[in-house]
Amino acid sequence: MIAPALNPALHPAALAFAGRHQPRVWEPIVWILALVFYFAFPNHLGFGTELLITILFALSLDLVLGYAGIVTLGHAAFFGVGAYTVGMLAYHGFWNEPISSLMLAAIVAALVGLGSGLVLLRTQGLTLLMLSLCTMALLEEAANLGHEYTGGFDGLASLPIPKLLGLFEFNPLYPRTQYVYVLTVLFISFLFIRTVVYSPFGQSLTGIRENTLRMHAVGSPVRARLVTCYTISAAIAGIAGGLWAQANAYVNLTTLGLDRAAMVLIVLILGGCGRMYGAFVGAVAYMVLAHFLAKLYPTAWQLGLGFLLVVIALFARNGILGIGEALLRRFRAKRMPR
Amino acid sequence: MIFGVDVASMILGGVAAGMVLFIVSVGLSVTMGLMGFVNLAHGAFAMLGGYVIVLSMNYWGVPFLPALAFGFVVTAAVSVVFERTLYARLYRAAELEQVLFTIGLVFMTIASVTLLIGPENQQLRLPAMLQGQVNLGFTQYRTYSVFLIATGIIIVLGLWLGFERTRIGAQIRATVDNRRMAESLGINVNRLFTLTFAFGSGMAALGGGLGAEFLGLDPQYALKYLVYFLIVVAVGGLGRVTGVFYAALLIGVLDFVLKKYIPKGGTLFIYGLTILLLLWRPQGLFAGKST
Repeated sequence: MIAPALNPALHPAALAFAGRHQPRVWEPIVWILALVFYFAFPNHLGFGTELLITILFALSLDLVLGYAGIVTLGHAAFFGVGAYTVGMLAYHGFWNEPISSLMLAAIVAALVGLGSGLVLLRTQGLTLLMLSLCTMALLEEAANLGHEYTGGFDGLASLPIPKLLGLFEFNPLYPRTQYVYVLTVLFISFLFIRTVVYSPFGQSLTGIRENTLRMHAVGSPVRARLVTCYTISAAIAGIAGGLWAQANAYVNLTTLGLDRAAMVLIVLILGGCGRMYGAFVGAVAYMVLAHFLAKLYPTAWQLGLGFLLVVIALFARNGILGIGEALLRRFRAKRMPR
Repeated sequence: MIFGVDVASMILGGVAAGMVLFIVSVGLSVTMGLMGFVNLAHGAFAMLGGYVIVLSMNYWGVPFLPALAFGFVVTAAVSVVFERTLYARLYRAAELEQVLFTIGLVFMTIASVTLLIGPENQQLRLPAMLQGQVNLGFTQYRTYSVFLIATGIIIVLGLWLGFERTRIGAQIRATVDNRRMAESLGINVNRLFTLTFAFGSGMAALGGGLGAEFLGLDPQYALKYLVYFLIVVAVGGLGRVTGVFYAALLIGVLDFVLKKYIPKGGTLFIYGLTILLLLWRPQGLFAGKST
């Protein structure tokens, strides 16, 4: 193995590193499947919309948790801020054009993310965990108390959402528009996240996750990087929340609670975090299970979910994709014995 | 003078609640301080203990105090099994895995209790001795609250003595401050942890039983009060008995007073205060100077 070392740029590892951002052959399959779903299950598009929103939300968490390694329990705070931004603006008659209100949701969530990130990311470990939990509880309590503006415990129902681009109606009973709309937003956001992850910025986030001390030593502005990442992630979570409010035409306290924060964490870990497609796999697995089991046997579902979490934490720390990768590696090792 | 009596009785109520908070949270603080293990299932152990205590009283007619002891022993024994078989595998794992694992345990506990016992609230029937009012000289006060305060004081004194004056207490303090050094000196940290974990879970069970009268006892208990236990531990500091005691009293009294004067915004205030306190002293309000 001396020859490749003569030109470091031609070393196999360097080549793999330089080409890692190029699209893989299998990547379009995900999006083709999403389109197939639209035609194959016209009666389950409401479920499909919810699934796509969960994927987007889990992707935003992946950026923070999977790539930057920030363990937060309060990510639903930004989802809720986005949902309430859309909901309150529409309900009180200020603004309800879908695409621009989505951008407003992203901006407000990003501001909340920036503000709380500047404060929270000074700490780490248990303190960070507690602070993120308390921030979310604070927002939930505020939404509960600000009855006049947020609708309190009941939330804001029947939001007047106008036609998308003045053409396509949001029909809550037959959510075709919602599905395509959410799928489009998800695709654009995914391209953005993919670019961020493979950029030098994304690489430095991984560096911070792996060894913060060393990143400080090489002169990387660790705090600024983390806060930037937190803000971007908050904006995307806000978009997911805004989409949720538009697709359902209501907002309530469930968008802000610990249940949603725990759910997105489970989805991401189930799929495999720090892998981008983990959010897709996890959301599909979780939502399909929840869809069929949770309504029939809610208690047994909770028991099973708990068991699943314990098993993942003990044996499959990289989720479903991690198991897949391990199997693939074993399979390849068998075929090409060294 | 009426106002003075009013304030005194309100503070007494808060102190009684704070004592229960302390009894539940102290084990969490010590085990987190020892191993750095984020145990979100601590509330589940408190709930388990509460159920053992209340059900053994209601169905077998066990008197209150023996029932408390029984709950302590059962929960401690169960927690040792969990600690040795499951928790021990995750000591070197990342925080995230510990969080997931313990949340999973909480979900499983809630679901199993709902399936086996039912979702309704379990009523704690106090013995006649502890019902009614007692004359404190300046005011009449609920006997049970006075009993709670007395029990809490006895427990904190006992724990403080055990922590400061016994060999095991010294070993715990040494390990919290510097685990590697403690191990190098020949302290068996794993055995120490198993002991404290069992004892802490037993204390949580006691707290679950003692607090069932005013906190209620239903399957959601494990999740409902978890944030409170965590706030007490985070504000009090990891592995500090006295810090947790002060923090529990502070949160207990604040919660009680705020619920009376601003019934709606009280919780908001506590969350806000916790955030500010943790930003000011990330290691906890009462943490010592050691890292």
